[in-house]
Amino acid sequence: MSDDLFLRDLGLDVELHHRFFDTIERNFQKTVLAQKGRPARLDYFDGVIRNAHGERVREIAARREAGDKFVGTFCVYVPDEIVLALGAIPVALCGGTAASIPYAEKMLPRDICPLVKSTLGLALSNTCPYGPIEDLAVGETTCDAKKKTWDLLARDGGFHVLEVPQKKGPRDRELWHDEVLQFKARLEELTGRTLEPAKLAEAVRTMNGKRRALARLNEFRKESDPPISGLDALVVMQGALVDEPLRFTERLEALNDELEDRVRRGVGVAGRRAKRIMISGCPSVMGNWKLHALVESAGAIVVCDETCTGTRYYENLVAETGDGLEAQLAALADRYLRIECSCFSPNDERLASVVRLAPEFRVDGVVQYVLQYCHTYNIEAVAVAAALKEAGVPSLKIVTDYAEEDTGQLRLRVDAFLEGLLRDGGAA
Amino acid sequence: MTGPGRVLGLDLGSRTTKIAEIVAGVLDRFEVFDTGPGSLDRVRARLAAKDYAVAAATGYGRFLVNAHLDCRIVTEITACALGARFVRPAAGLVIDVGGQDSKVIRLGDGPGPFADFEMNDRCAAGTGRFLEVMAGHLGFSLEEFGRAAGEAGQAGEPIALSSMCTVFAESEVISLLAAGRDRKAIALALHRSVADRVYPLAARFDADGEIVLAGGVALNPSFVKVLAEKLGREVVIPAHPQIVTAVGAALVAARES
Repeated sequence: MSDDLFLRDLGLDVELHHRFFDTIERNFQKTVLAQKGRPARLDYFDGVIRNAHGERVREIAARREAGDKFVGTFCVYVPDEIVLALGAIPVALCGGTAASIPYAEKMLPRDICPLVKSTLGLALSNTCPYGPIEDLAVGETTCDAKKKTWDLLARDGGFHVLEVPQKKGPRDRELWHDEVLQFKARLEELTGRTLEPAKLAEAVRTMNGKRRALARLNEFRKESDPPISGLDALVVMQGALVDEPLRFTERLEALNDELEDRVRRGVGVAGRRAKRIMISGCPSVMGNWKLHALVESAGAIVVCDETCTGTRYYENLVAETGDGLEAQLAALADRYLRIECSCFSPNDERLASVVRLAPEFRVDGVVQYVLQYCHTYNIEAVAVAAALKEAGVPSLKIVTDYAEEDTGQLRLRVDAFLEGLLRDGGAA
Repeated sequence: MTGPGRVLGLDLGSRTTKIAEIVAGVLDRFEVFDTGPGSLDRVRARLAAKDYAVAAATGYGRFLVNAHLDCRIVTEITACALGARFVRPAAGLVIDVGGQDSKVIRLGDGPGPFADFEMNDRCAAGTGRFLEVMAGHLGFSLEEFGRAAGEAGQAGEPIALSSMCTVFAESEVISLLAAGRDRKAIALALHRSVADRVYPLAARFDADGEIVLAGGVALNPSFVKVLAEKLGREVVIPAHPQIVTAVGAALVAARES
């Protein structure tokens, strides 16, 4: 069956779908594919991006036919291990394209973050192929925009919301552990299966393996002349959120081997003189390559992402305890509670992480990335900038959405920031 | 800092283009003309008539010029910082209210051209363009507009504008005119509104040294006055404030020669 027929069978607006995805494809070509000297094994990950609305959907549809359930998620807080252990398929469905935003603005106010609007716009415009095959959507309470959007979407059923606490004290830990148990119950009900300790242990190993492979990839970014660009590392990260985890890890380890070989042969992508930048703050999900492309087209290299499409996704493993389901679930919940999202108050752990990562990746400067109207990252940027300043690391805050209209202004800010980082005091 | 020969700095702003010429470390000549359509040809014609060693370009048009002329490029942040240090060696903080954006640069004493900078959001509020549009609504030329603001304040209660957005402020101004309010008082309120917008950018920095105002808006004494009042500090105006950034670009070019 052709992709068109398949999408039409799902009941999608195929023409509009193509219009959106032509825009994404053009963007992908202009930014990611336009880079020179890319590692050959990135081919697979380019494919993950391009097949996200084709082959991957068919694969999931086929597994549904065989009785497995499909679960759409929107945040790195959702414990994929539980979904996987019950034979269901988790995929993160966050929108990274500006094209669908007008469709969300039919319902939502304009002054909401582009990630939420893009995601909702894909659903409301009937262009997201995951929508019709979704057995359960899992939201969470990491920000007001998401919370209230879930309320609207949950009216039709098929929605589960995880309450992520706002603090990290003992009471909050208790609440979160309970949320994880409720999530398990909901998933057991959905799949008609019982969570078995052996299956959960296996899922934990699968996800830890994926995290280790991502951590290994990021180790190579510490090289003086990294063998992979920040944009390409981001493409891999974006793939991690949608691909089948075991296959993804296998392909990533193959890429890692290629990168190791590149390092051995002294093959880098930016040169030793390129300014090393950390991007910190909001995620860049599939379709959004704007900031990385902007920074790297100015001659710098992004060597670290302190974001949900970066360290917040792959750092910290789940403890592989063999002491029965209860202990396993507790270990799982504890790992997720360590994620340093700006929804926490206070969030000193994140400040410490940013200050730790800067010398670890030998960054010359940090670009704080704030998606417009993301109040928590925007306000936390004040504390992050102060912590970095004290550590002697310059930082720049960029507030933007998915549109291209401000590229000129952003170019100026980024170029000036890089000029200011020049250690000899001259202009680039 | 500069080498022998004539070096050129081009500042291709959204409203005006500036060319500064430096010879042996001294500002020798400069010119200011409207950017407008076809500006590349005009820049090219002017450069063809000059005998110079190297040039550097900055401003929003820097990439356009770079693609067509032999020159290096630099951002207006770095250029403005270098230019301000050159024209006012005691400068600590530079405020540049330009046609399309406003920026505040803390120079600092580090090895880089500047220590830190802040810019306004992506809209015309707090820029020269805002004042230009509003002058038009009041039926003033830019000079008359500044003068009118300077003459306000004696009669009637002062006006406070609630809106900083160019479009909303426009409706507010039209309503005030319809209500028969004094044009001079409205002009003063508009100047204050731009100063209010620039203030938080500047107030984020503790800077030693002079506060220097660069950009065409510095030629408007009423704006200088309201900004100084708002900052509670003296604001220093260099001899030719609109070419500070072009001078900085020329200094970048001079490093090459």
